Amino acid sequence: MKSVRCIDLCKTYRQGDVDVIGLDHVNLEIEGGGFVCLSAPSGGGKTTLLNAIGGLDTPDSGEIWLAGNRVDNLGKGELAKMRLHQIGFVFQAYNLIPVLTARENVEFVMEVQGVAAADRRARSLEILEEVGLGGLEDRRPAQMSGGQQQRVAVARAIASRPALVLADEPTANLDSQSADHLMELFVELNRNHETTFVIATHDQRVMGYARRVIQMLDGRIVGDEQKEAA
Amino acid sequence: MMGNLRIIIRLAWRNLWRNYRRTLIMLAAIVIGVWAMIFMTALMRGMVDDMVKDGISALPGHVQIHNPAFRDDPTIANVMEPPSGKLLEVLNRPEVVAWTTRVRVPAVISSERDTRGVTLVGIEPDRERGISFVAEDVTEGRYLESRDDRGLVVGRKLTEKLETGLGKRVVIMSQDQENEIADRGFRIVGIFDSKLDQYEEQFVFAGEGTIQELLGVGDAISEVAILGTDYRDVEGLRQMVADAAGPDVEVLPWNKLDPYLGSMLAVMDGFVVVWIVVVFLALSFGLVNTLVMAVFERVREIGLMLALGMTPRNILSQILAESILLLVIGLAIGNLAAWATIEPLKGGIDVSIVGQGMEYWGAASILYPALYLKDVILANIIVIVLGFFASLSPAWRASRYDPVRAITKV
Repeated sequence: MKSVRCIDLCKTYRQGDVDVIGLDHVNLEIEGGGFVCLSAPSGGGKTTLLNAIGGLDTPDSGEIWLAGNRVDNLGKGELAKMRLHQIGFVFQAYNLIPVLTARENVEFVMEVQGVAAADRRARSLEILEEVGLGGLEDRRPAQMSGGQQQRVAVARAIASRPALVLADEPTANLDSQSADHLMELFVELNRNHETTFVIATHDQRVMGYARRVIQMLDGRIVGDEQKEAA
Repeated sequence: MMGNLRIIIRLAWRNLWRNYRRTLIMLAAIVIGVWAMIFMTALMRGMVDDMVKDGISALPGHVQIHNPAFRDDPTIANVMEPPSGKLLEVLNRPEVVAWTTRVRVPAVISSERDTRGVTLVGIEPDRERGISFVAEDVTEGRYLESRDDRGLVVGRKLTEKLETGLGKRVVIMSQDQENEIADRGFRIVGIFDSKLDQYEEQFVFAGEGTIQELLGVGDAISEVAILGTDYRDVEGLRQMVADAAGPDVEVLPWNKLDPYLGSMLAVMDGFVVVWIVVVFLALSFGLVNTLVMAVFERVREIGLMLALGMTPRNILSQILAESILLLVIGLAIGNLAAWATIEPLKGGIDVSIVGQGMEYWGAASILYPALYLKDVILANIIVIVLGFFASLSPAWRASRYDPVRAITKV
């Protein structure tokens, strides 16, 4: 089954006095369990596409289907519900809620979903262990390094076992070692949980981990390369 | 929404203490505001209570029975029969704390040096005790001993005006029922010092029997004054007495007998609301500013929560919860501070430095703060309700953030 299907997506947004084309007739299908990188230079449309797929932004035209359900025509409340239950997000920075501990950040989505406290706790500790942060669960974001914070964000993104994880430049603020660790973690989680990963990046090393790299330019898909598993 | 209540309150609570200096400053403002609301209300209530109680003890009691013409023409022409039968039975019920009869007429009092117009009140000394001020306020000489006592109790100010004193003789002159001059010499046996100068100049007291004899009215009286349990709730008592007294007399509560005094309570109730709202409005600017700052500092965080699947309603609730928590803590401390300030002052605050001004108002120079639960509840409800509405604007704005723009805000 297709995890993500975009049909003829268009999106124009205004930047100052200029209309900028974000997405220009984008057609895309991603299989469930895929590990895909969206690659483009700055302003190429990768974040716009990621936001559209994640229901954070609505396209001007076209259709978006997630796990067989059309989502581009949903209201704000329904989109919030969809994000909560189906998608895990990892952003470039400012990923965590500062007043919550690592464990509470990981539990956040599950708590909003209404998962029972004992289950939340067990799962968050297990996933923190899995991302290599065992023992740091009571630390607040300010007490952790950038790499550790990103790992907590990844743990949060996958804790509720979403079908799809969308990551926007997840390694942009990390040193190369932390970036490698994070990507290895993504690959492992993708393999173990069969979670679909869509990662927006312009980092060649990140693309090296992907099984499929989609090249974008000026809001259009200009290349789609299938690779062997890393 | 209810399922997310715990995380919403946890986030609100922790965010509250994130910038603890700002929170403490705002908290201090709320505490001072709430304290001022309650403390000043208690002072004003105490002042009005005092004025009303003094007014009531200046003869009206809680309810009075008169000849229907007496209020327009308070002379000996408009007297009535003393209580008997069913009325007497009602007056002896437990709802009636005390009652007394009086003969009350305008009169002229003359000493060897001066003459003044006064209200001559013939009283039953034992029954009068506990209803009006006179028994307790005699500070020189003695109080009247019986209804046939031939002595006169006068106010200190009046003795000064008349240049007379204890043991001296004065002449009281009034009119009898035949419109003839009725006069008689009295010896001053007691001098009273009232809280209010005007009472000392206005009233002179003698035995009821002596005055009835002077005016030739037999056992007729001018009024029955009745004291119930609570001056704020006299309608039941008035109705009970009116039913028993019959249609030939007029039965009125104190607030109709003295409309100025009666209006004080209504004015005070309105003033308390206005005072609390005004203090809150001053507070609300700080509160809204605090919330706006708190929201502004957390735009990216709010965007993140929206992106992760929190609904706008959750965000709205979170900001409102932050405001309500702040208000509840401020209210709790403010209430406690007000109580802790008022409690030691219940023995009275000496405001004699402005005593003359207070007396002009009809209030005494000692203020007794009166802390009413209803005022505390009113202040708390107004602060919470208006605080909620004042917080709606920043909370609403936060909930309407676009997650993409909020997350990327620099």
